[in-house]
Amino acid sequence: MRVSLHDNTALSLEGIAHRFGRRWAIRGVSVQVAPGEVLAIMGHNGSGKSTLLRVASTAVRPTRGGGSVFGADLVKDAQAVRSMLALLSTEPGVYGDLTALENLKFSARMLGTSSDALVLQKALDRVGLGREGDERARNMSSGMQRRLSIARLLLREPRLLLLDEPYNSLDPEGAALVNSLIRETRDRGGSVVLVAHDLSRAESLPDRVVEMRDGLLDEPEPSAAESDGRRDVLPISAAISAARAERGAGRV
Amino acid sequence: MTAPTFVAPTILSALRADFGRVRAVAWKDLTAERRTKSNFNAVVAMAALILLFFGFALGPDAEGLRNAASGVLWLTILFSGVLAFNRSYQLELEAGALEQLLLYPGDRWAIYVGKLLANLAFVFLVEVITLPLTAVLYHVAFPQLWPAVILVLILGTTGFVSLGTLYAAMASRSRSREVLLPLLLFPMLVPVLIAASGATASLLVDDVMGDSRAWIRLLAAFDAIFLVASTWAFQFVIEG
Repeated sequence: MRVSLHDNTALSLEGIAHRFGRRWAIRGVSVQVAPGEVLAIMGHNGSGKSTLLRVASTAVRPTRGGGSVFGADLVKDAQAVRSMLALLSTEPGVYGDLTALENLKFSARMLGTSSDALVLQKALDRVGLGREGDERARNMSSGMQRRLSIARLLLREPRLLLLDEPYNSLDPEGAALVNSLIRETRDRGGSVVLVAHDLSRAESLPDRVVEMRDGLLDEPEPSAAESDGRRDVLPISAAISAARAERGAGRV
Repeated sequence: MTAPTFVAPTILSALRADFGRVRAVAWKDLTAERRTKSNFNAVVAMAALILLFFGFALGPDAEGLRNAASGVLWLTILFSGVLAFNRSYQLELEAGALEQLLLYPGDRWAIYVGKLLANLAFVFLVEVITLPLTAVLYHVAFPQLWPAVILVLILGTTGFVSLGTLYAAMASRSRSREVLLPLLLFPMLVPVLIAASGATASLLVDDVMGDSRAWIRLLAAFDAIFLVASTWAFQFVIEG
Protein backbone atom coordinates (compact mmCIF):
# COMPACT_ATOMS: atom_id res chain seq x y z
CA MET A 1 0.00 0.00 0.00
CA ARG A 2 1.32 3.42 -0.93
CA VAL A 3 -0.32 6.15 1.08
CA SER A 4 1.37 9.47 1.47
CA LEU A 5 0.36 11.89 4.16
CA HIS A 6 1.60 14.70 1.97
CA ASP A 7 0.03 13.59 -1.31
CA ASN A 8 -1.08 16.65 -3.22
CA THR A 9 -4.21 14.99 -4.62
CA ALA A 10 -6.96 13.91 -2.26
CA LEU A 11 -9.04 12.19 -4.93
CA SER A 12 -8.02 11.40 -8.45
CA LEU A 13 -10.36 9.70 -10.92
CA GLU A 14 -9.07 8.88 -14.41
CA GLY A 15 -11.35 7.85 -17.26
CA ILE A 16 -13.95 6.28 -14.99
CA ALA A 17 -16.72 4.46 -16.82
CA HIS A 18 -19.36 2.24 -15.27
CA ARG A 19 -22.33 0.41 -16.65
CA PHE A 20 -25.34 -1.30 -15.14
CA GLY A 21 -26.32 -4.05 -17.55
CA ARG A 22 -26.25 -2.42 -20.95
CA ARG A 23 -26.66 1.14 -19.74
CA TRP A 24 -23.56 3.23 -19.18
CA ALA A 25 -24.10 5.32 -16.05
CA ILE A 26 -20.69 7.01 -16.35
CA ARG A 27 -18.89 7.32 -19.69
CA GLY A 28 -15.32 8.38 -18.98
CA VAL A 29 -14.96 10.87 -16.17
CA SER A 30 -11.68 12.32 -14.96
CA VAL A 31 -11.54 14.64 -12.01
CA GLN A 32 -9.07 15.65 -9.30
CA VAL A 33 -9.76 17.04 -5.86
CA ALA A 34 -7.03 18.77 -3.87
CA PRO A 35 -6.57 18.41 -0.12
CA GLY A 36 -8.74 20.96 1.65
CA GLU A 37 -10.95 21.43 -1.42
CA VAL A 38 -14.73 21.19 -1.46
CA LEU A 39 -15.99 20.01 -4.84
CA ALA A 40 -19.67 20.09 -5.68
CA ILE A 41 -21.06 17.90 -8.46
CA MET A 42 -24.42 18.98 -9.78
CA GLY A 43 -26.65 17.21 -12.24
CA HIS A 44 -30.12 15.96 -12.94
CA ASN A 45 -31.45 12.58 -11.85
CA GLY A 46 -29.71 9.77 -13.71
CA SER A 47 -26.74 11.91 -14.75
CA GLY A 48 -24.35 9.50 -13.03
CA LYS A 49 -23.21 11.68 -10.12
CA SER A 50 -24.20 9.22 -7.37
CA THR A 51 -22.56 6.34 -9.25
CA LEU A 52 -19.39 8.42 -9.53
CA LEU A 53 -19.44 8.97 -5.78
CA ARG A 54 -19.95 5.26 -5.15
CA VAL A 55 -16.99 4.46 -7.40
CA ALA A 56 -14.88 6.96 -5.44
CA SER A 57 -15.95 5.29 -2.20
CA THR A 58 -15.01 1.77 -3.48
CA ALA A 59 -18.65 0.68 -3.05
CA VAL A 60 -18.72 0.08 -6.80
CA ARG A 61 -15.81 -1.18 -8.88
CA PRO A 62 -15.53 0.83 -12.11
CA THR A 63 -16.04 -1.02 -15.38
CA ARG A 64 -13.19 1.03 -16.86
CA GLY A 65 -10.68 3.52 -15.56
CA GLY A 66 -9.20 3.90 -12.14
CA GLY A 67 -8.25 6.32 -9.45
CA SER A 68 -6.78 6.92 -6.06
CA VAL A 69 -7.48 8.50 -2.69
CA PHE A 70 -4.42 10.18 -1.17
CA GLY A 71 -2.29 7.94 -3.36
CA ALA A 72 -4.04 4.66 -2.47
CA ASP A 73 -5.44 2.85 -5.51
CA LEU A 74 -9.23 2.53 -5.55
CA VAL A 75 -9.15 -1.13 -6.60
CA LYS A 76 -5.82 -2.55 -5.42
CA ASP A 77 -5.72 -0.68 -2.08
CA ALA A 78 -9.47 -0.52 -1.48
CA GLN A 79 -9.00 -1.31 2.19
CA ALA A 80 -6.64 1.61 2.67
CA VAL A 81 -9.03 3.87 0.75
CA ARG A 82 -11.94 2.85 2.97
CA SER A 83 -9.98 3.71 6.09
CA MET A 84 -9.56 7.29 4.83
CA LEU A 85 -13.06 8.14 3.68
CA ALA A 86 -16.63 8.34 4.87
CA LEU A 87 -19.74 8.29 2.70
CA LEU A 88 -23.10 9.78 3.48
CA SER A 89 -25.33 7.89 1.11
CA THR A 90 -28.84 8.76 -0.04
CA GLU A 91 -30.12 5.83 2.02
CA PRO A 92 -29.60 6.13 5.78
CA GLY A 93 -27.94 2.70 6.09
CA VAL A 94 -29.19 2.20 9.65
CA TYR A 95 -30.57 -0.96 11.24
CA GLY A 96 -34.26 -0.57 11.98
CA ASP A 97 -34.34 -3.08 14.83
CA LEU A 98 -31.47 -1.43 16.68
CA THR A 99 -31.84 1.73 18.73
CA ALA A 100 -30.07 4.95 17.73
CA LEU A 101 -27.37 4.32 20.35
CA GLU A 102 -26.93 0.71 19.28
CA ASN A 103 -26.56 1.79 15.65
CA LEU A 104 -23.78 4.17 16.66
CA LYS A 105 -22.19 1.55 18.92
CA PHE A 106 -22.06 -0.86 16.01
CA SER A 107 -20.49 1.77 13.74
CA ALA A 108 -17.91 2.69 16.37
CA ARG A 109 -16.94 -0.95 16.85
CA MET A 110 -16.65 -1.48 13.09
CA LEU A 111 -14.54 1.67 12.76
CA GLY A 112 -12.37 0.69 15.70
CA THR A 113 -13.08 3.99 17.47
CA SER A 114 -14.33 4.49 21.01
CA SER A 115 -17.77 2.98 21.64
CA ASP A 116 -17.95 4.66 25.03
CA ALA A 117 -21.55 5.62 25.83
CA LEU A 118 -20.57 9.25 26.53
CA VAL A 119 -18.88 9.63 23.14
CA LEU A 120 -21.89 8.14 21.35
CA GLN A 121 -24.32 10.28 23.34
CA LYS A 122 -22.30 13.37 22.41
CA ALA A 123 -22.63 12.51 18.72
CA LEU A 124 -26.37 12.04 19.15
CA ASP A 125 -26.67 15.33 21.03
CA ARG A 126 -24.88 17.13 18.23
CA VAL A 127 -27.32 15.91 15.57
CA GLY A 128 -30.29 16.72 17.76
CA LEU A 129 -31.17 13.14 18.67
CA GLY A 130 -29.96 13.32 22.26
CA ARG A 131 -33.31 12.21 23.64
CA GLU A 132 -33.89 9.51 21.03
CA GLY A 133 -30.95 7.29 21.98
CA ASP A 134 -33.18 4.39 23.03
CA GLU A 135 -35.58 4.81 20.12
CA ARG A 136 -35.50 2.11 17.47
CA ALA A 137 -34.36 3.47 14.11
CA ARG A 138 -37.43 1.89 12.47
CA ASN A 139 -39.70 4.22 14.45
CA MET A 140 -37.83 7.35 13.39
CA SER A 141 -38.81 9.71 10.58
CA SER A 142 -36.64 9.82 7.45
CA GLY A 143 -35.15 13.12 8.64
CA MET A 144 -34.22 11.60 12.01
CA GLN A 145 -32.69 8.57 10.29
CA ARG A 146 -30.70 10.97 8.16
CA ARG A 147 -29.43 12.72 11.26
CA LEU A 148 -28.49 9.35 12.72
CA SER A 149 -26.40 8.59 9.66
CA ILE A 150 -24.73 12.01 10.07
CA ALA A 151 -23.99 11.12 13.71
CA ARG A 152 -22.17 8.07 12.36
CA LEU A 153 -19.89 10.40 10.39
CA LEU A 154 -19.02 12.25 13.60
CA LEU A 155 -17.44 9.13 15.09
CA ARG A 156 -14.24 9.68 13.14
CA GLU A 157 -12.38 12.29 11.16
CA PRO A 158 -12.17 11.12 7.55
CA ARG A 159 -9.65 12.66 5.18
CA LEU A 160 -12.17 12.47 2.35
CA LEU A 161 -15.86 13.06 2.96
CA LEU A 162 -18.29 11.99 0.25
CA LEU A 163 -21.81 13.37 0.55
CA ASP A 164 -24.60 12.16 -1.70
CA GLU A 165 -27.56 14.56 -1.66
CA PRO A 166 -26.77 15.42 1.96
CA TYR A 167 -29.61 17.92 2.38
CA ASN A 168 -32.38 15.49 1.48
CA SER A 169 -35.02 15.08 4.21
CA LEU A 170 -33.29 17.66 6.39
CA ASP A 171 -34.74 20.83 7.90
CA PRO A 172 -32.66 24.05 7.98
CA GLU A 173 -31.01 22.98 11.25
CA GLY A 174 -30.03 19.68 9.70
CA ALA A 175 -28.64 21.45 6.63
CA ALA A 176 -26.58 23.71 8.91
CA LEU A 177 -25.25 20.59 10.60
CA VAL A 178 -24.11 19.17 7.26
CA ASN A 179 -22.44 22.47 6.42
CA SER A 180 -20.60 22.56 9.74
CA LEU A 181 -19.38 19.03 9.06
CA ILE A 182 -18.07 20.15 5.66
CA ARG A 183 -16.32 23.13 7.25
CA GLU A 184 -14.71 21.00 9.95
CA THR A 185 -13.42 18.49 7.40
CA ARG A 186 -12.04 21.26 5.20
CA ASP A 187 -10.49 23.14 8.14
CA ARG A 188 -8.47 20.12 9.22
CA GLY A 189 -7.15 19.66 5.65
CA GLY A 190 -9.60 17.03 4.50
CA SER A 191 -11.51 17.17 1.23
CA VAL A 192 -15.20 16.99 0.51
CA VAL A 193 -17.06 15.87 -2.58
CA LEU A 194 -20.65 16.93 -2.46
CA VAL A 195 -23.24 15.61 -4.91
CA ALA A 196 -26.51 17.50 -5.18
CA HIS A 197 -29.07 18.63 -7.70
CA ASP A 198 -29.68 21.75 -5.62
CA LEU A 199 -26.77 23.68 -4.13
CA SER A 200 -28.78 26.50 -2.60
CA ARG A 201 -28.33 25.06 0.90
CA ALA A 202 -24.58 24.57 0.52
CA GLU A 203 -24.03 28.29 1.16
CA SER A 204 -20.69 29.28 -0.35
CA LEU A 205 -18.86 26.19 0.82
CA PRO A 206 -17.91 24.58 -2.52
CA ASP A 207 -14.61 25.77 -3.96
CA ARG A 208 -15.54 24.37 -7.35
CA VAL A 209 -18.78 23.30 -8.99
CA VAL A 210 -18.93 20.87 -11.90
CA GLU A 211 -21.94 19.47 -13.65
CA MET A 212 -22.61 15.93 -14.83
CA ARG A 213 -24.75 15.25 -17.89
CA ASP A 214 -25.44 11.80 -19.30
CA GLY A 215 -22.48 10.25 -17.50
CA LEU A 216 -20.01 12.91 -18.55
CA LEU A 217 -18.46 15.73 -16.57
CA ASP A 218 -19.17 19.18 -17.92
CA GLU A 219 -16.61 21.39 -16.19
CA PRO A 220 -17.00 25.12 -16.91
CA GLU A 221 -14.13 26.99 -18.49
CA PRO A 222 -12.17 28.93 -15.86
CA SER A 223 -13.35 32.50 -15.64
CA ALA A 224 -11.08 35.55 -15.56
CA ALA A 225 -11.44 35.68 -11.81
CA GLU A 226 -10.43 32.04 -11.53
CA SER A 227 -7.46 32.59 -13.81
CA ASP A 228 -6.38 35.37 -11.44
CA GLY A 229 -6.42 32.88 -8.59
CA ARG A 230 -9.86 33.86 -7.28
CA ARG A 231 -11.31 30.64 -8.55
CA ASP A 232 -14.37 30.53 -6.35
CA VAL A 233 -15.94 33.85 -7.17
CA LEU A 234 -17.97 33.56 -10.32
CA PRO A 235 -18.84 29.98 -11.12
CA ILE A 236 -20.02 29.06 -7.64
CA SER A 237 -22.07 32.13 -6.94
CA ALA A 238 -23.60 31.73 -10.38
CA ALA A 239 -24.42 28.07 -9.78
CA ILE A 240 -25.92 28.79 -6.37
CA SER A 241 -27.96 31.71 -7.70
CA ALA A 242 -29.25 29.52 -10.52
CA ALA A 243 -30.13 26.77 -8.06
CA ARG A 244 -31.92 29.21 -5.76
CA ALA A 245 -33.86 30.66 -8.70
CA GLU A 246 -34.82 27.15 -9.81
CA ARG A 247 -35.91 26.25 -6.28
CA GLY A 248 -37.94 29.45 -5.99
CA ALA A 249 -39.61 28.79 -9.32
CA GLY A 250 -40.41 25.27 -8.17
CA ARG A 251 -42.19 26.60 -5.09
CA VAL A 252 -44.34 28.98 -7.15
CA MET B 1 16.77 -6.41 11.47
CA THR B 2 14.23 -4.05 12.96
CA ALA B 3 11.52 -4.99 10.45
CA PRO B 4 10.08 -8.03 12.26
CA THR B 5 9.65 -6.12 15.52
CA PHE B 6 7.81 -3.41 13.58
CA VAL B 7 5.65 -5.64 11.36
CA ALA B 8 4.46 -8.08 14.02
CA PRO B 9 2.50 -5.58 16.14
CA THR B 10 0.93 -4.14 12.97
CA ILE B 11 -0.40 -7.51 11.88
CA LEU B 12 -1.49 -8.28 15.41
CA SER B 13 -3.32 -4.99 15.83
CA ALA B 14 -5.02 -5.44 12.43
CA LEU B 15 -6.11 -8.92 13.47
CA ARG B 16 -7.35 -7.63 16.80
CA ALA B 17 -9.36 -4.94 15.01
CA ASP B 18 -10.84 -7.54 12.64
CA PHE B 19 -11.83 -9.78 15.55
CA GLY B 20 -13.48 -6.73 17.09
CA ARG B 21 -15.49 -6.39 13.86
CA VAL B 22 -16.39 -10.09 14.00
CA ARG B 23 -17.85 -9.55 17.47
CA ALA B 24 -19.63 -6.37 16.35
CA VAL B 25 -21.36 -8.05 13.38
CA ALA B 26 -22.42 -11.07 15.47
CA TRP B 27 -23.67 -8.79 18.25
CA LYS B 28 -25.62 -6.65 15.80
CA ASP B 29 -27.34 -9.62 14.10
CA LEU B 30 -28.20 -11.31 17.38
CA THR B 31 -29.45 -8.08 18.98
CA ALA B 32 -31.71 -7.40 16.00
CA GLU B 33 -33.04 -10.96 16.17
CA ARG B 34 -33.53 -10.86 19.94
CA ARG B 35 -35.43 -7.61 19.54
CA THR B 36 -38.02 -8.97 17.09
CA LYS B 37 -37.94 -12.77 17.58
CA SER B 38 -40.11 -12.93 14.45
CA ASN B 39 -37.58 -15.00 12.55
CA PHE B 40 -36.92 -17.39 15.41
CA ASN B 41 -40.61 -18.02 16.00
CA ALA B 42 -41.20 -18.61 12.28
CA VAL B 43 -38.25 -20.99 11.98
CA VAL B 44 -39.24 -23.02 15.05
CA ALA B 45 -42.83 -23.24 13.82
CA MET B 46 -41.57 -24.35 10.41
CA ALA B 47 -39.32 -27.00 12.00
CA ALA B 48 -42.18 -28.35 14.12
CA LEU B 49 -44.44 -28.55 11.06
CA ILE B 50 -41.81 -30.43 9.02
CA LEU B 51 -41.29 -32.93 11.84
CA LEU B 52 -45.05 -33.45 12.18
CA PHE B 53 -45.68 -33.81 8.45
CA PHE B 54 -42.87 -36.33 7.97
CA GLY B 55 -44.30 -38.21 10.93
CA PHE B 56 -47.74 -38.32 9.32
CA ALA B 57 -46.24 -39.40 5.98
CA LEU B 58 -44.18 -42.20 7.57
CA GLY B 59 -47.14 -43.63 9.49
CA PRO B 60 -47.57 -44.83 13.07
CA ASP B 61 -45.02 -47.66 13.01
CA ALA B 62 -42.61 -46.85 15.86
CA GLU B 63 -39.70 -48.83 14.38
CA GLY B 64 -40.06 -47.09 11.01
CA LEU B 65 -40.16 -43.68 12.69
CA ARG B 66 -37.05 -44.47 14.75
CA ASN B 67 -35.14 -45.53 11.63
CA ALA B 68 -36.13 -42.35 9.79
CA ALA B 69 -35.46 -40.02 12.76
CA SER B 70 -31.89 -38.99 11.93
CA GLY B 71 -32.65 -38.21 8.27
CA VAL B 72 -35.79 -36.28 9.15
CA LEU B 73 -33.96 -34.33 11.86
CA TRP B 74 -31.26 -33.17 9.46
CA LEU B 75 -33.72 -32.32 6.71
CA THR B 76 -35.68 -30.25 9.23
CA ILE B 77 -32.54 -28.39 10.28
CA LEU B 78 -31.65 -27.76 6.64
CA PHE B 79 -35.08 -26.52 5.54
CA SER B 80 -35.65 -24.30 8.54
CA GLY B 81 -32.08 -22.99 8.55
CA VAL B 82 -32.50 -21.58 5.06
CA LEU B 83 -35.13 -19.19 6.42
CA ALA B 84 -32.59 -17.92 8.95
CA PHE B 85 -29.93 -17.25 6.32
CA ASN B 86 -32.28 -15.20 4.19
CA ARG B 87 -33.22 -13.09 7.19
CA SER B 88 -29.55 -12.53 8.03
CA TYR B 89 -29.02 -10.55 4.81
CA GLN B 90 -32.49 -9.05 4.77
CA LEU B 91 -31.29 -6.90 7.68
CA GLU B 92 -28.53 -5.51 5.52
CA LEU B 93 -30.72 -4.79 2.53
CA GLU B 94 -33.16 -2.64 4.47
CA ALA B 95 -32.32 1.07 4.24
CA GLY B 96 -29.09 0.43 2.34
CA ALA B 97 -27.15 -0.89 5.32
CA LEU B 98 -25.14 -3.35 3.20
CA GLU B 99 -23.31 -0.57 1.38
CA GLN B 100 -22.31 1.05 4.66
CA LEU B 101 -21.27 -2.31 6.05
CA LEU B 102 -18.94 -2.87 3.10
CA LEU B 103 -17.42 0.59 3.46
CA TYR B 104 -16.10 0.03 6.96
CA PRO B 105 -12.35 -0.46 7.05
CA GLY B 106 -10.91 -3.90 7.60
CA ASP B 107 -11.01 -7.27 5.90
CA ARG B 108 -14.30 -8.57 4.54
CA TRP B 109 -13.79 -11.97 6.18
CA ALA B 110 -14.65 -10.32 9.49
CA ILE B 111 -18.18 -9.66 8.22
CA TYR B 112 -18.52 -13.27 7.08
CA VAL B 113 -17.27 -14.75 10.34
CA GLY B 114 -19.49 -12.40 12.36
CA LYS B 115 -22.55 -13.46 10.37
CA LEU B 116 -21.48 -17.09 10.58
CA LEU B 117 -21.30 -16.92 14.40
CA ALA B 118 -24.71 -15.26 14.62
CA ASN B 119 -26.25 -17.86 12.29
CA LEU B 120 -24.60 -20.70 14.23
CA ALA B 121 -26.05 -19.39 17.49
CA PHE B 122 -29.45 -19.11 15.84
CA VAL B 123 -29.47 -22.62 14.33
CA PHE B 124 -28.12 -24.19 17.56
CA LEU B 125 -30.98 -22.53 19.42
CA VAL B 126 -33.47 -23.98 16.92
CA GLU B 127 -31.86 -27.40 17.44
CA VAL B 128 -32.34 -27.14 21.19
CA ILE B 129 -36.08 -27.19 20.47
CA THR B 130 -36.19 -29.56 17.49
CA LEU B 131 -34.00 -32.24 19.09
CA PRO B 132 -36.33 -33.16 21.99
CA LEU B 133 -39.32 -32.73 19.67
CA THR B 134 -37.81 -35.29 17.28
CA ALA B 135 -37.12 -37.67 20.15
CA VAL B 136 -40.75 -37.49 21.29
CA LEU B 137 -42.40 -37.67 17.86
CA TYR B 138 -40.10 -40.39 16.46
CA HIS B 139 -39.87 -42.60 19.58
CA VAL B 140 -36.12 -42.12 19.96
CA ALA B 141 -34.66 -43.17 23.33
CA PHE B 142 -31.99 -41.03 25.00
CA PRO B 143 -28.73 -42.29 23.38
CA GLN B 144 -25.94 -43.66 25.55
CA LEU B 145 -23.39 -41.94 23.31
CA TRP B 146 -25.01 -38.52 23.69
CA PRO B 147 -21.71 -36.55 23.75
CA ALA B 148 -20.94 -37.99 20.31
CA VAL B 149 -24.43 -37.04 19.09
CA ILE B 150 -23.78 -33.47 20.23
CA LEU B 151 -20.41 -33.51 18.44
CA VAL B 152 -22.13 -34.62 15.21
CA LEU B 153 -24.72 -31.87 15.63
CA ILE B 154 -21.96 -29.28 16.08
CA LEU B 155 -19.96 -30.52 13.08
CA GLY B 156 -22.98 -30.94 10.80
CA THR B 157 -24.43 -27.56 11.74
CA THR B 158 -21.07 -25.83 11.26
CA GLY B 159 -20.70 -27.25 7.74
CA PHE B 160 -24.27 -26.37 6.86
CA VAL B 161 -24.16 -22.84 8.29
CA SER B 162 -20.75 -22.00 6.81
CA LEU B 163 -22.02 -22.74 3.31
CA GLY B 164 -25.45 -21.24 4.01
CA THR B 165 -23.96 -17.93 5.15
CA LEU B 166 -21.83 -17.72 2.00
CA TYR B 167 -24.61 -18.66 -0.42
CA ALA B 168 -27.08 -16.32 1.26
CA ALA B 169 -24.60 -13.49 0.60
CA MET B 170 -24.48 -14.57 -3.04
CA ALA B 171 -28.28 -14.74 -3.34
CA SER B 172 -28.84 -11.49 -1.43
CA ARG B 173 -28.14 -9.43 -4.56
CA SER B 174 -30.89 -11.20 -6.47
CA ARG B 175 -34.53 -10.22 -6.40
CA SER B 176 -35.57 -13.89 -6.25
CA ARG B 177 -33.21 -14.70 -3.38
CA GLU B 178 -35.78 -16.78 -1.43
CA VAL B 179 -35.97 -19.23 -4.34
CA LEU B 180 -32.37 -18.94 -5.42
CA LEU B 181 -30.78 -19.73 -2.04
CA PRO B 182 -32.12 -23.31 -1.63
CA LEU B 183 -31.48 -24.01 -5.32
CA LEU B 184 -27.82 -23.01 -4.93
CA LEU B 185 -27.28 -24.35 -1.45
CA PHE B 186 -28.95 -27.75 -1.25
CA PRO B 187 -26.88 -29.53 -3.94
CA MET B 188 -23.70 -28.38 -2.15
CA LEU B 189 -24.98 -29.75 1.14
CA VAL B 190 -25.47 -33.33 -0.03
CA PRO B 191 -22.14 -34.54 1.48
CA VAL B 192 -22.92 -32.89 4.83
CA LEU B 193 -26.44 -34.29 4.86
CA ILE B 194 -25.27 -37.84 4.10
CA ALA B 195 -22.42 -37.77 6.63
CA ALA B 196 -24.42 -36.07 9.39
CA SER B 197 -27.49 -38.28 9.08
CA GLY B 198 -25.28 -41.41 8.73
CA ALA B 199 -23.37 -40.55 11.91
CA THR B 200 -26.53 -39.63 13.82
CA ALA B 201 -28.29 -42.86 12.74
CA SER B 202 -25.33 -44.93 13.97
CA LEU B 203 -25.13 -43.11 17.29
CA LEU B 204 -28.86 -43.39 17.97
CA VAL B 205 -28.45 -47.19 17.98
CA ASP B 206 -25.34 -46.86 20.18
CA ASP B 207 -22.96 -47.28 17.23
CA VAL B 208 -23.27 -51.07 17.13
CA MET B 209 -21.68 -51.20 13.67
CA GLY B 210 -18.89 -48.83 14.72
CA ASP B 211 -19.15 -46.69 11.60
CA SER B 212 -19.85 -43.34 13.27
CA ARG B 213 -16.16 -42.45 13.51
CA ALA B 214 -15.75 -42.56 9.74
CA TRP B 215 -18.76 -40.28 9.28
CA ILE B 216 -17.47 -37.87 11.94
CA ARG B 217 -14.05 -37.70 10.30
CA LEU B 218 -15.74 -36.99 6.97
CA LEU B 219 -17.84 -34.23 8.56
CA ALA B 220 -14.76 -32.67 10.15
CA ALA B 221 -12.99 -32.69 6.77
CA PHE B 222 -16.00 -31.06 5.06
CA ASP B 223 -16.14 -28.41 7.78
CA ALA B 224 -12.47 -27.54 7.42
CA ILE B 225 -12.79 -27.22 3.64
CA PHE B 226 -16.07 -25.29 3.70
CA LEU B 227 -14.95 -22.90 6.44
CA VAL B 228 -11.67 -22.00 4.77
CA ALA B 229 -13.15 -21.75 1.26
CA SER B 230 -16.19 -19.73 2.36
CA THR B 231 -14.16 -17.29 4.46
CA TRP B 232 -11.85 -16.70 1.50
CA ALA B 233 -14.59 -16.52 -1.15
CA PHE B 234 -16.84 -14.12 0.76
CA GLN B 235 -14.92 -11.00 -0.30
CA PHE B 236 -15.64 -11.75 -3.97
CA VAL B 237 -19.23 -12.85 -3.43
CA ILE B 238 -20.37 -9.88 -1.37
CA GLU B 239 -19.12 -7.29 -3.84
CA GLY B 240 -21.42 -8.70 -6.52
